[in-house]
Amino acid sequence: MNFVFALIAGVMFGFGLALSQMIDPAKVIGFLDVAGNWDPSLAFVMGGALLITIPGFFISKRLGKSITGQKFQWPTKSDIDRPLVVGAVLFGLGWGLVGYCPGPAMLLPIFNPAEAMWFVIPMLVGLWFANKLKQA
Amino acid sequence: MPDWFNLTALYGGLMIGAAAMILWFGIGRIAGVSGIVGRLMSGPRDGWAWAFVVGMLIGGAGYLFAGIGETPVREGMSPVLLAVAGLIVGVGTGIGSGCTSGHGVCGIGRLSARSIVATCIFMAVAAATVFVTNHII
Repeated sequence: MNFVFALIAGVMFGFGLALSQMIDPAKVIGFLDVAGNWDPSLAFVMGGALLITIPGFFISKRLGKSITGQKFQWPTKSDIDRPLVVGAVLFGLGWGLVGYCPGPAMLLPIFNPAEAMWFVIPMLVGLWFANKLKQA
Repeated sequence: MPDWFNLTALYGGLMIGAAAMILWFGIGRIAGVSGIVGRLMSGPRDGWAWAFVVGMLIGGAGYLFAGIGETPVREGMSPVLLAVAGLIVGVGTGIGSGCTSGHGVCGIGRLSARSIVATCIFMAVAAATVFVTNHII
């Protein structure tokens, strides 16, 4: 069952990223270029997603368990610590430089294979390295 | 209506939110791409995480082959810049425990102060970076 829910969620997530144009780095950079010819349309992507997730998470607090009976895996950290801040700064820098965050990056083999190998492999190495650091 | 206005961004966002809730209500997991891909790199390599990533590729391919919209393919971007950016996106989302989906869509969705702070920081730094690359350099 886990497999089925994750596959359906993944298909919708990937389709949604493509439909919303998050996979077009020119569009993303246009959204981030607040001092230039600003294109605010991508604000509707996070806005639209939050219209669903805010009530969704709220309701799930009352529910207690997922449909498959597994516990909701609520993230446990609540303090604003140095790794959170340093990580967000680094991520913002990389995102602004080329216009890809991890979701759209995973779709690059489909939408821009030439850029995929240059961006995605280092991103995977970076994630692996960061996880090593966190475990250390 | 201004010329940037289009509903596809909103529809795409609603789909992303709905997808996150299918994973959450279905199996109780957060739909954060850097977290899920990070699991595949460092373990535990759960089947559901593979299924989510494969699903993403199927969804993206479905969009492309259905011919729904134009998807311009950028050319001429420096491979070195792409690789450096990829590395710091990976390291940053790894140590910061989330990206646009994990902190932005899910973290803000559950009103987490950590995620709200992280999202404000990475959006502000990304905008500042674009300001430098587009208007100063």
